[in-house]
Amino acid sequence: MPTLNDYLVLSAILFAIGAAGVFLRRNLITILLSIEIMLNAVNLTFVAFGRSMGSVDGQIIVFFVMTVAAAEAAVGLAIVIGLFRHRESLNPDSFTSLKW
Amino acid sequence: MGSDALFYVFGAFAIAASLLVIAQRNPIYSVLLLIASFGALSGLYVLLDAPFVAVIQIIVYAGAIMVLFLFVVMLLNAPREDTQHDERVLPLLREGPTRFGGALAIALVVELLWALTRRPQAGSFAGAGVSSVSAIGRSLFTDYGFAFEATSVLILVAMVGAVVLARRDPVIRNRTATRGGR
Repeated sequence: MPTLNDYLVLSAILFAIGAAGVFLRRNLITILLSIEIMLNAVNLTFVAFGRSMGSVDGQIIVFFVMTVAAAEAAVGLAIVIGLFRHRESLNPDSFTSLKW
Repeated sequence: MGSDALFYVFGAFAIAASLLVIAQRNPIYSVLLLIASFGALSGLYVLLDAPFVAVIQIIVYAGAIMVLFLFVVMLLNAPREDTQHDERVLPLLREGPTRFGGALAIALVVELLWALTRRPQAGSFAGAGVSSVSAIGRSLFTDYGFAFEATSVLILVAMVGAVVLARRDPVIRNRTATRGGR
């Protein structure tokens, strides 16, 4: 049977992949997707710990994390659309000025 | 054991799909691969006796949030990533801050694995997990009632914010119209 440690290691690998995506990629959409990968890695940790402790709280926190992820995706994608309208680019390096 | 093999299958699938998400140049493929990764994670939730989380992972995450991403990717229609440097060079060999990004990611992996392997080894999960949806619902609407209501306000604020942010600015539109712009 897989133990709690197996799930935590899997979650750590997924979180590191998401962090690497945020650091390495130069595309705003891919950066937002990497944030979703990190949120899901944390969700897996919550559910694994909740299963380990036999409590229901882990699954409830996952519910709230998903709500926040939905709100974050909606607002973040709206900002991306607004930025793309101004600069015709998705590269974060092209958004260096505070006002244009 | 069946569930043992399933854990490794789903875990390997999730890791491979997530790696491919950040390796793709076309964001549409990234979004579709992330949906595949969420499917594997949903299977892991079933293995963890959390069918409710597995179902809302598919319905809400893969069905709603990722479709929102897909809409935006197709609306913007900018599949090419415009970068100054050559994408085929490994991140650690590029000049500039990207190299630090690669080094930070590797350091994060090493630190996390170091911390997790030094943790005392826990056995397999003892006892039965709480998997009934009624227990989740009772706790959600009693113990976490305030947080539940607060998330409804959060969703409302996010909805209004998204509409306001993505709206075309009438001042800018008038200026470009009088200037004879697009």
